[in-house]
Amino acid sequence: MTIAVDIAASAGDFQLQAKFAMPGPGISAIFGPSGAGKTTLLRALAGLQHATGNIQIGDSVWLNANLNLPVHEREVGFVFQHANLFSHLSVRGNLAYAYSRATSGNHRVTMDQAIELLALKDLLERDTAKLSGGERQRIAIARALLSSPKLLLLDEPLAALDQNRKNEILTLLKRLHIELDMPILYVSHALGEIARIADQLLLLNDGKITASGPIQEMLTRLDLPLSRDIAGGGIINAEIVKIDHDYALTHVKFSGGMLMLPGELGRIGQTLRLQILARDVSLSLKKATATSILNILPATVVAIEADTSAQSIVRLDIGDVPLLARITRKSADELQLQPGLALYAQVKTVALVG
Amino acid sequence: MLSPDDLTAIWITIKLAFISTLLLLLLGTPLAWWLARSNSALRPLVNALVALPLVLPPTVLGFYLLIALGPKGPIGATLIQFGGSSLAFTFTGLVIGSVIYSLPFVVQPLRDAFGRIGNEPLEAAATLRAGPTDRFLTIVMPLAWPGYLTAAVLGFAHTVGEFGVVLMIGGNIPGATQVLSVSIYEHVERLEYGQAHVLSAILLVASFALLLAVYVLNRRARVRFL
Repeated sequence: MTIAVDIAASAGDFQLQAKFAMPGPGISAIFGPSGAGKTTLLRALAGLQHATGNIQIGDSVWLNANLNLPVHEREVGFVFQHANLFSHLSVRGNLAYAYSRATSGNHRVTMDQAIELLALKDLLERDTAKLSGGERQRIAIARALLSSPKLLLLDEPLAALDQNRKNEILTLLKRLHIELDMPILYVSHALGEIARIADQLLLLNDGKITASGPIQEMLTRLDLPLSRDIAGGGIINAEIVKIDHDYALTHVKFSGGMLMLPGELGRIGQTLRLQILARDVSLSLKKATATSILNILPATVVAIEADTSAQSIVRLDIGDVPLLARITRKSADELQLQPGLALYAQVKTVALVG
Repeated sequence: MLSPDDLTAIWITIKLAFISTLLLLLLGTPLAWWLARSNSALRPLVNALVALPLVLPPTVLGFYLLIALGPKGPIGATLIQFGGSSLAFTFTGLVIGSVIYSLPFVVQPLRDAFGRIGNEPLEAAATLRAGPTDRFLTIVMPLAWPGYLTAAVLGFAHTVGEFGVVLMIGGNIPGATQVLSVSIYEHVERLEYGQAHVLSAILLVASFALLLAVYVLNRRARVRFL
């Protein structure tokens, strides 16, 4: 199922002009500074904000020149920044409200499934006024799921939560998208969150989509500001091939080679999502032998750009996986880095992000 | 202790208040909703018109209604032309007068209750496939419930307590338009203080009980609904 959007909307002086396509299932993140129009875009998709243009969700049309479906006729799920639970209903009442109104005979998610996925069993009879921010957001997500949407929209659902709650919900979101096969559009201004869960990334700036593509590609494109972000760096999906119990290390394999991670992180065959930040990669022309660094991978330089006056940012290919390295400009000159050069990337830290 | 006329007056008062309150809630709901949600330039004008009975002497309102509903007034004359009769000095006339006079007491609590709900729950409901009527019945009404309670009780109590409008438009016809407040006035004029006392005490106690009930219920309404 593909999602094709080409819309224009305005809010006050602000103009939104967004055109993009999503390949269907998977999490697409919309990233941009505040005021870029992220919320306006989501609201326009849901029909909460007037827009003109085209919105095509699989085989149903929500908006075109002759048609503008009202919100309640769009099969959309919306998770608001502040949950917006119904205060006159219990937690169970909130969930039932959604479930009973889902397009008849088309329940993609059952009550039990939603309760289980978002760990709501103990909250069901609670009063919505007596819940924590994380609990409220979990219920809001379950409620949106229970309306069996064709597209789930999340508007910075974690903005008001602390780090632990964020991690917990990100893990749940990831699981839910794998289990439910539901396209998700996730708005955030935190690149760290996006690196953890997104498959696609849409960059929104000043009301326009300035770039879009797979997350691995987007986070390592030197022409985008993301490559300069502290949370920027390559994403690797790697499979666990060996657990070394003696040293408590997990060995994983991806197209560019092998990596070792501290800890026993899963079972053999399981796929891990890893991120290597630009600042954790150093470069060497020869493969160092006597070193404490475990992960040394053969790489090819694709491009080099000055970052600050002292530092350069280097885009590498390791197998077919793009990676970034941030090194000093002096080192870049001394190593005579240029596109096409084969060398070794020494990876100091590999972060497990999902 | 209570004369048959007094009992009739009590019955007419209750009937008048009951019918007026019902009509007020029916008319007041769309009007209050519009006032709470619309951005129309007409809103201040309508707000001012609705609030007018709060500041106007009841006799002024009653006087204009008497003119309008009387046999020579625009409404009364039209009714007579179509085979009806003038509404001056009738129970129907009283109901019309009461509804207009008590309008702010019903519309204002409803308007404020609707305003307090805000857009958020309504937008959430819309994204959960609830259409406009569904949203009104399942989100707005339950959330505005304390407002409805206040509106109903204030509308009822205010209708029971009105005097000037009733006297102007309904006159003082026992069995037809004589209500409690007018009946008390009549007893006092005839120096029947004993009967005036009894009727006044009934009104005082009933009004107090009603208001007390509102405040108690409104406090409890914060407890969730289902």
